[in-house]
Amino acid sequence: MLSSVRPRVAGWQDALAIAVVLTAIVLLGAGAREMFAPLDYARPGAISLAPTALPLYTLRTLLRMLAALVVSSVFTFIYATAAAKSRRAELVLIPLLDVLQSVPVLGYLSFTVVFFVSAFPGSELGPELAAIFAIFTSQAWNMAFSFYQSLRMVPRDLDEASRSFRSSAWQRFWHLEVPFAIPGLVWNIMMSVSGGWFFVVASEAITVGNVQIALPGVGSYVARAIEERDLGAVGWAIVAMSAAIVLYDQLLFRPLVAWSERFRFEQTAAQVVPRSWAGMLFGRSRLFQALHAHLAPRLQRVAGARLEWPSLPGRRSLAPFPRRLGDGLWLLVIAVVVGYLVWEFWRFARASLTWDDVGVAVASGALTLARVVLLVALASIIWVPIGIAIGLRPRLTAIIQPMAQFLAAFPANLLFPLAVYLIVRFGLAPAVWLSPLMILGTQWYILFNVIAGASAFPSDLREAAASFRVRSLRWWTNVILPGVFPYFVTGAITASGGAWNASIVSEVVSWGTTRLDAGGLGAYITRMTEAGDYPRIALGVAVMSAIVVAMNRLLWRPLYAFAERRTRLE
Amino acid sequence: MADASSCLLDLRQVRMVYARPGGEPLEVLSGVDLKVGRGEIVGLLGRSGSGKSTLLRIAAGLIRPTADEVLYRAEPLRGPAAGIAVVFQTFALYPWLTVQHNVELGLDALQLAQAERQRRALEAIDLIGLDGFQSAYPRELSGGMRQRVGFARAIVSDPRLLLMDEPFSALDVLTAETLRTDFLDLWVDGRLPIEGMLLVTHNIEEAVLMCDRILILAAHPGHIAAQVRVSLTHPRDRFSAAFRAVVDEIYAGLTARIAESAGAYTGLGQLLPPVSVNRLNGFVEMLASPSYGGRCELAQLATALALKVNELLPVATALHILELVELRQGSIHLTAAGRVYAAAGTEERKRLFREHLLRFVPLASHIHQVLEERSDRRAPRERFELELQDHLSRDDADRTLQVVTDWGRYAELFAYHARSKSFAVGSPAL
Repeated sequence: MLSSVRPRVAGWQDALAIAVVLTAIVLLGAGAREMFAPLDYARPGAISLAPTALPLYTLRTLLRMLAALVVSSVFTFIYATAAAKSRRAELVLIPLLDVLQSVPVLGYLSFTVVFFVSAFPGSELGPELAAIFAIFTSQAWNMAFSFYQSLRMVPRDLDEASRSFRSSAWQRFWHLEVPFAIPGLVWNIMMSVSGGWFFVVASEAITVGNVQIALPGVGSYVARAIEERDLGAVGWAIVAMSAAIVLYDQLLFRPLVAWSERFRFEQTAAQVVPRSWAGMLFGRSRLFQALHAHLAPRLQRVAGARLEWPSLPGRRSLAPFPRRLGDGLWLLVIAVVVGYLVWEFWRFARASLTWDDVGVAVASGALTLARVVLLVALASIIWVPIGIAIGLRPRLTAIIQPMAQFLAAFPANLLFPLAVYLIVRFGLAPAVWLSPLMILGTQWYILFNVIAGASAFPSDLREAAASFRVRSLRWWTNVILPGVFPYFVTGAITASGGAWNASIVSEVVSWGTTRLDAGGLGAYITRMTEAGDYPRIALGVAVMSAIVVAMNRLLWRPLYAFAERRTRLE
Repeated sequence: MADASSCLLDLRQVRMVYARPGGEPLEVLSGVDLKVGRGEIVGLLGRSGSGKSTLLRIAAGLIRPTADEVLYRAEPLRGPAAGIAVVFQTFALYPWLTVQHNVELGLDALQLAQAERQRRALEAIDLIGLDGFQSAYPRELSGGMRQRVGFARAIVSDPRLLLMDEPFSALDVLTAETLRTDFLDLWVDGRLPIEGMLLVTHNIEEAVLMCDRILILAAHPGHIAAQVRVSLTHPRDRFSAAFRAVVDEIYAGLTARIAESAGAYTGLGQLLPPVSVNRLNGFVEMLASPSYGGRCELAQLATALALKVNELLPVATALHILELVELRQGSIHLTAAGRVYAAAGTEERKRLFREHLLRFVPLASHIHQVLEERSDRRAPRERFELELQDHLSRDDADRTLQVVTDWGRYAELFAYHARSKSFAVGSPAL
């Protein structure tokens, strides 16, 4: 989670990266419009609302998630390694990653759907890949960052030792760098998947222009239930999704975390060793042991091969002279590409958008921004004191913390129909009452980070405060609030990022034929998506990305740096 | 001993029991009596796990004892009280507050006006030798300066009783000495508002240097095993004969109890000190070297090696259990076997170690025997854990098994597989 805050990227790199990403989005939109015309892919109504169909749908959703996880892992290994091994690749890849993280995933779903559908015409593979790609984009950036940082932090002595054994780069990668990065990566994968459920549900059922897609899965099931106004079916879907999340946690992540413990670099034994019943069961089963006995030697042989990296541009160990020349050329290439993209952007924007459009999008953005700020503030006022109260009581923490983590992982969009039903039933104003939906799923990040912060609060500082009998108001302002502040900031960053994403699905919602529109940038993007108006989708996504990037740079990053500086003792 | 008026703190028959989930309750303190009188510095000396920090926290009102009475100035103590201040081992400074604000926090309970708060904080900062650092953040200070903030914060509220939890142990030797001397000077000159102090430490010299009375805590469960009075005048000279005599007296008391407790448990209830074979070997070699010639005073050794008691004693205890050394009246002697051991090469050493392990550590011979009796020559660790828990607390059982694993591996008496958590006969196979 901390990976959303990174001080290493320079301002000018940032600006260029923003230009590149936004242009790419806009150009994708332009391209999509052109290739979209001959397509006709419509298969609504294939989803059954019978509860008995649900287990199979849930399994499909789970598999989609797993596929995205595999793709993200492969991407992480390649992208992060390139960035860590090559100075010149790093110059481009890291700022790009940084901006990609801020782009709302659901915003460009329409482009990728069109792209994949047209790449595999008439086949279900197209939308399937589009859904997997959406989940991928919600996970990959985070994971790649974590891996890149681990690669850059491999302890010098271990690296020197393995160099002195004359290990090849490939051997070093598998024997030192990957094991060292694993605990951080596993943690990041866990957090990414927790955020990913939201997107898998949202990307299964989508309408772009006259293309309606409903992949068999929990998300489509709920979409259908909304059309049919079937509250019972929504209930079933919630049950199925809860079961799926618990299963994923127990069968995949617990074993993974327990296993990753052995790669912890600290030489002292951990106080609490994570255990996993599932992992122990796998470990003891004969099938698994046979598999292990069969595969392990082969994998070891692969990892032990004496391969060197293909020579990437700007490898870290080159001699100084050709390096300077190469750098110059490299920068020139970057400049040309960026220049071309910016020019294309300008040309495209002038052709299909007016300043009025920009005005509308920015105004909508301001409305959504106000909502996000207000809701994060509100959630903080509610959850920070509660989180502190829980975190300071170890027994309560042990009970509540897993619940908060579960709630954060649970795709809140499954709960939207319940809220919409209530709003319709009681005739409440959508512009006000739809707003809380944005933070419904992500507020838990604030809660569980604050709980974590309070339970990690040093006991000597607590005892000192108790022994000096520091009283209520001063205890909050001088003792506990500054102590949990960095954790709170981490939680609030995630919560606000999630809220922006959620705005795309929560500012316009429907119940049967009733449609509620709260206004705002999320609603703008949704409306344009349904109309198949690509230039304006691109505009909406671009404005949203720009706001999110600006918020990260101007608010969250300085706040985080401040928090970190203040609570550090060394 | 003292009547109520001259007694600051009075702990009577304090007992502390921790409930543990899924285990029998753990008794950390049993029936401890402790008094701190006016004008007195009382030292609490003991090794880690003897409950001295728990005792200090009870005195501070930070935790409530399971049974019996704690009186502060003849009134029952309920929670942290006005007039009692604590100096923490880890300093416990708030990184987000400046030195001045950290010190002002000590005045919080008094509800003073802002100007008065500042005045008193600055006064304490001045007195403790921190002037000029008021606006610094703790991270900008060295360890010694940080602990000065800890002291300033403790005395700023003019407490009567000062509780110090190993206040110098996180500092290097020189810094600790300076801070200790400075603080003692303030006390001896009567410039501190404090009427009495309780000092928790595991450094014997520090205790003798500072305290008027030293209580020696013994563990399992924690109880007061001995009391030593120190009637030397301040400033005390570490190298004077009288000083050395007190230090030696304390060492003699400690070693007597090691010999006693090592002899007391001969069954599976024997508690093995957590010392690696490397340390044992190093210690034996050093003792056998010409500069010591096989025998040495523990006090002298502690000074020469700059070791604290809680580092030195476990090694001595382990070697005593293995009968490679003998402890007598504060001095340590190599036994005949110990001399052979020191002179031997690796293989011979392992053989000797194996023999002694089998003869003097019942747990080791028990594991060995169980393995020999089993057809597959393997036994899960859990089996011995449960067995040991009949005699020891769960943590002690776990620690003792860890030690016996390390020793047994060195002696090649048995192997231990971490992944399957089981013991097996002979040297490790993959």
